[in-house]
Order: sequence, then structure tokens, then C-alpha cells
Amino acid sequence: MSDKPRKVGIISCSGEAIPGGTISRVACRKVLEELRPGKSVTICLPLFIAGGEEERMFADLFPTITVDGCEKRCAALGTERLSGKPTKTLIVRQILKEKGIPPTTKLRNLGPEEKVAAQEVAEEIAAAIDEILAKE
Amino acid sequence: MSEQSKKVAVFACSGIGKSLGSVAREIGYELTERVKKKKKKKKKKKKKKKKRPHTTVLTCSALLVINDPEARKLITENPVIAIDGCVLDCAKKSLEANGAKNVRAYQSIDFFKKHNHLKPEGIAELNEAGKKLAALAADELAGVVDELLAEEVKNV
Repeated sequence: MSDKPRKVGIISCSGEAIPGGTISRVACRKVLEELRPGKSVTICLPLFIAGGEEERMFADLFPTITVDGCEKRCAALGTERLSGKPTKTLIVRQILKEKGIPPTTKLRNLGPEEKVAAQEVAEEIAAAIDEILAKE
Repeated sequence: MSEQSKKVAVFACSGIGKSLGSVAREIGYELTERVKKKKKKKKKKKKKKKKRPHTTVLTCSALLVINDPEARKLITENPVIAIDGCVLDCAKKSLEANGAKNVRAYQSIDFFKKHNHLKPEGIAELNEAGKKLAALAADELAGVVDELLAEEVKNV
């Protein structure tokens, strides 16, 4: 392994049609910008289809966490199929259930409840990043 | 699917790294809500026996990455609007890779070029200018929905 500081990849499903997809997207941005800047990196999920070999190397280059909004697990399955096996897979609905937070309902213009949900999911992602980096 | 139940499927790239990806996502929401509003009007007009069949459905673009059978059925049996945030055209290419044939593709950068006083900023939370830009783009695309549905009727 190189001496370069390792980063962890996070891939959000960003599902437009489900509230969990919005939470996934907002939580991932929160991790990238606020909670673990410099330790996390992302790529747009559809780039695995539209992009080239470089994009599809993502999960080989970075230990990767996928964050899905629902049980269809598009980010986890798509990453595994087109890039590489994710190191950890998270599902928004499960995280919220474990934390006793009711499922969110808004797709955009998030209110206080959705912001709390996004924060909780972001903290879960950040904890997963720490766990992965500790093992590196 | 019968012609009466035809829908225009809307796919936005939702790029997570750029504000223009967020604009694409917002356009998708604006467009589907706006057209739905027209659908309500249609019900009122229906009483006057005027038909204007506006129907759209916003679908997760991530479903195309896993070749979801329901999403594939939707895009092969209905006209589609793709809204991309950048020149990589992820939404358009994903649709084509999944067999969509009748795709009208747009990039949010082109709407920004037309309304360059509305500079979008922010990704998780789009600024007001970005939201206004998305609303203007949706106004334009609502006309495309009409065209696509009219073509479907013609092709019966």
C-alpha cells in the first residue's frame, strides 16, 4: 500500500422517487463536506454505466461504503456488479429503524424531521469510515 | 399498455458532485409536480369534455444501474425525458443501455446558459437561484411532455 492517506469511497443511491434516496444523498454530502472531509470521496452511481474503466475502478481503488434508500439496494448491487464488492453496505430505512426514527416522507425541501434523519445516517456513515480506516 | 395509460417517464441524473446535478434532480421534481397539477385541471376540464392527457412519472435513475425489470418495462413502453447535470450524460446513457428508444435528453447546463443570471450553488441544498432555474426549465419541459404524449396518440 502507498503512503498516501487512505480515503473511503461512499456511494449513494440518490433515489429520486423515494424519501430514503433523498436522505441517503443528503447524508453522504454531509459526510463529504462536514463530518469526514479529506477522508471520504464519492462518485455518481450512474457513472458506472456511463463512464469508462477509470470510473469502474472506484471500488478497487477505495474501500467503499454504499448507502441505499430502500431494500432494492441499487447502490450496493450496482457497485458490486460494475465496480467491486463494497466493504460495507448501509440501508437508510434500517438505520432509521434501529435508531427509532420514523421513516421520512419528503423528497425535497427537507424539514426538521428529515434533517435529523439525515444527520443520524451521516453519523452512521462517518462511524463506518472510521472503522474501515482503523483496519487499514 | 394502452395509449390512454401512456406516461412520460422522467429520469434525472441526480449527480452527487455538482450543483448542476442537483438542478437536474430539482427539474425532475418541478416537472412531475407541475404536470400533475395540470392533470388536476384536466379532471375539471373533463367535466367540460375537453381531453388533455398529461401524465408523468419520476423514477429512480439508480434502478437502471441494476437493470430493474419494472424500470426497463417503463422506459421501453413509454416516452422518456432524461435530464442530465453534466456532459457525461449518465441518465441518457443509462436509459439507452437499458433499451429506451424514445428519449428526449436535456442537460441542466443548457438551461443555465439561457438563464445565466440564475447561478446554482449547493448540492445537498440548492440555493434559491438554482430552484428558480429548475422551475424555468420545468416550464419548458412541460411542453415537451405534451409533445411526447401527442406523438404517442398519433402513432396509435
